[in-house]
Amino acid sequence: MPEIATKETTREITFAEAVREALAEEMRRDSRVVILGEDVAEAGTPFKVLSGLVEEFGTQRVIDTPISEAGFTGLAVGAAMTGLRPVVDIMFGDFITLTMDQMVNQAAKVHYMSGGKWKVPMVMRTTLGAARRSAAQHSQSLHAWFSHVPGLKVVLPSTPYDAKGLLKTAIRDENPVIFFEDKMMFKMKGPVPLEEYTIPLGVADVKRVGTDITFVATSSMVQVALAAAVMLEEIGISAEVIDPRTTWPLDEKTLVESAKKTSRAIVIDEGYGRYGVTAELAAVIAEGAFFNLDAPVKRLGAMHVPIPFSPPLEDATVPNEQMVFDAARKLCGRS
Amino acid sequence: MKTVADRRTKIETGTGAELWLHMYRQMTAIRLFEEQVNELYTRALMPGLAHLYVGEEAVAVGVCEALTPEDYITSTHRGHGHCLAKGAAPDRMFAELLGKEAGYCKGKGGSMHIADPTTGNLGANAIVAGSTGIATGAAFSAKQLGTKQVAVCFFGEGALGQGVLYEVMNLAQLWKLPVIYVCENNFYNEYTHYLETTAGDIQARAAAFGMPAESVDGQDVRAVHAIATRLVERARRGEGPAFLVCNTYRMRGHHVGDINREYYRSKKEEQEWGDRDPIKRLGDWLIKEKHAGAETLHDMESEIRREMEAAVKFAVAAAYPGPEEVDQDVYA
Repeated sequence: MPEIATKETTREITFAEAVREALAEEMRRDSRVVILGEDVAEAGTPFKVLSGLVEEFGTQRVIDTPISEAGFTGLAVGAAMTGLRPVVDIMFGDFITLTMDQMVNQAAKVHYMSGGKWKVPMVMRTTLGAARRSAAQHSQSLHAWFSHVPGLKVVLPSTPYDAKGLLKTAIRDENPVIFFEDKMMFKMKGPVPLEEYTIPLGVADVKRVGTDITFVATSSMVQVALAAAVMLEEIGISAEVIDPRTTWPLDEKTLVESAKKTSRAIVIDEGYGRYGVTAELAAVIAEGAFFNLDAPVKRLGAMHVPIPFSPPLEDATVPNEQMVFDAARKLCGRS
Repeated sequence: MKTVADRRTKIETGTGAELWLHMYRQMTAIRLFEEQVNELYTRALMPGLAHLYVGEEAVAVGVCEALTPEDYITSTHRGHGHCLAKGAAPDRMFAELLGKEAGYCKGKGGSMHIADPTTGNLGANAIVAGSTGIATGAAFSAKQLGTKQVAVCFFGEGALGQGVLYEVMNLAQLWKLPVIYVCENNFYNEYTHYLETTAGDIQARAAAFGMPAESVDGQDVRAVHAIATRLVERARRGEGPAFLVCNTYRMRGHHVGDINREYYRSKKEEQEWGDRDPIKRLGDWLIKEKHAGAETLHDMESEIRREMEAAVKFAVAAAYPGPEEVDQDVYA
């Protein structure tokens, strides 16, 4: 993480405010940027992430749509091809299923299929993460699906600082970018510079330096990994926490180098483990650091069940710091 | 470049024959293009399959002649006619169909994905109703940016089964977007008659959104053009979208390999529609109205045939993309 040194140059804002600032700055900078989605204007979304934008930019640029995810996402693809830079808001990540043809068969392929002639500079903002007691259709983390598709980029910010810098870059990118925000993180505060900045896609961030084991954690799992690292420190295990920040493009080098250094790795992601992001990241580490590893790469993801409503059941489906702590201790031969 | 508006002025001043002859030429070019495609398939020179537009030429030509070069279209898996009518060059089309570097998409798209920004072609689309969002989005841009462009979304009646079509028609009418939804009812959703798949009335579906919904004989290019011109100009004035059903017929199979069709339609039906061939129909009218002699039309056809043969020759001789192209263009 870059040095964010003094109180004069930074302030503490929430993740939601960071997202809003990124949008507002990019909308001021570029009149082609428009927001489309359900209840994005006066309502500012149910999460209130967009509150205030319609007051500044008007309903011509912050546009409430019907409840038609496929329709307005498809419209955004065409608008992006013809001169606008739309940011579509898909209220819950579970609803990306409704946009799949538009994103996978249209947005992702337009540039390649046209031999590089048409571009789709659009952003889809949506959510991931369980633990809001919202049951199986409002709690999934489906970012692996988009990460699987050539032509798409996938961003998973884990702090207010990353959210702002990455979203600004995503909006300026010439490709379709899907930006997943953890619902549980909207109120999380963190230091964000007063000065404008951007963060490139495809550059992992070392969230904590360590020597004994590498945690590769994404989005909602970064804080879990950091909390586990603190617990491990008390028993003398030094954990490094790497946040890839984007599943594609993927900073393979930073992941592999860290695993080579520590010789052990656990990958933690809130998506389903089976055929998921943890599987891919673990494979990258296994291939790249095999001869330096002292243990198999371990994966922790969401339990392979539809997310249940009942709080004790729901909580059991998501990796927590105790699970990460236990897995790390075992991997380090300290059980 | 000569514009559509120029030609229309001439019609109004009594020299419109030039426009109809141009349309005759365009329709004939599409027909002869498709015959060459069939030939390439038969001779195993073309990879994959292609979906021929034979019999439906009056729709693409009648509509595209109502557009400016800057206006947008989206097309379908049966898209060669739309692309040509919007101004694509046959040699680069054939090159794309053969997967050659010189093709419109460097051979990466093929028959079902011809796209060309220089002619406003946002791309043919192999997902049924897949381009309806894109066309509507292009109209959204045009309105947002104040460019006065119009977008035409071509789709077959099979797309009436897809929900996204109705989602974007709702958006277009809510926001008064300059987009024309052109439904080519060629009777067959692949191998199934549309009456087996389509409840109620097609026009009524669009009318329910409050947009003008019209129907036209899709074998009569003059009728298609007249109504398309009216709807396009209306959209350009900012009065919103429209829906146009063009009743036409797919004279060939679903694709070039669909030869034995008796299990889903009769020879008699094909013969009846063959008698309503849109090119012959315009040709007969041109002769009757003394806009052209039979010999002129015949000479035009011969000339186009030679052009198509030369275009095929170009494409066959053209180089494939180098292997280094395979992972280029995935990202912009």
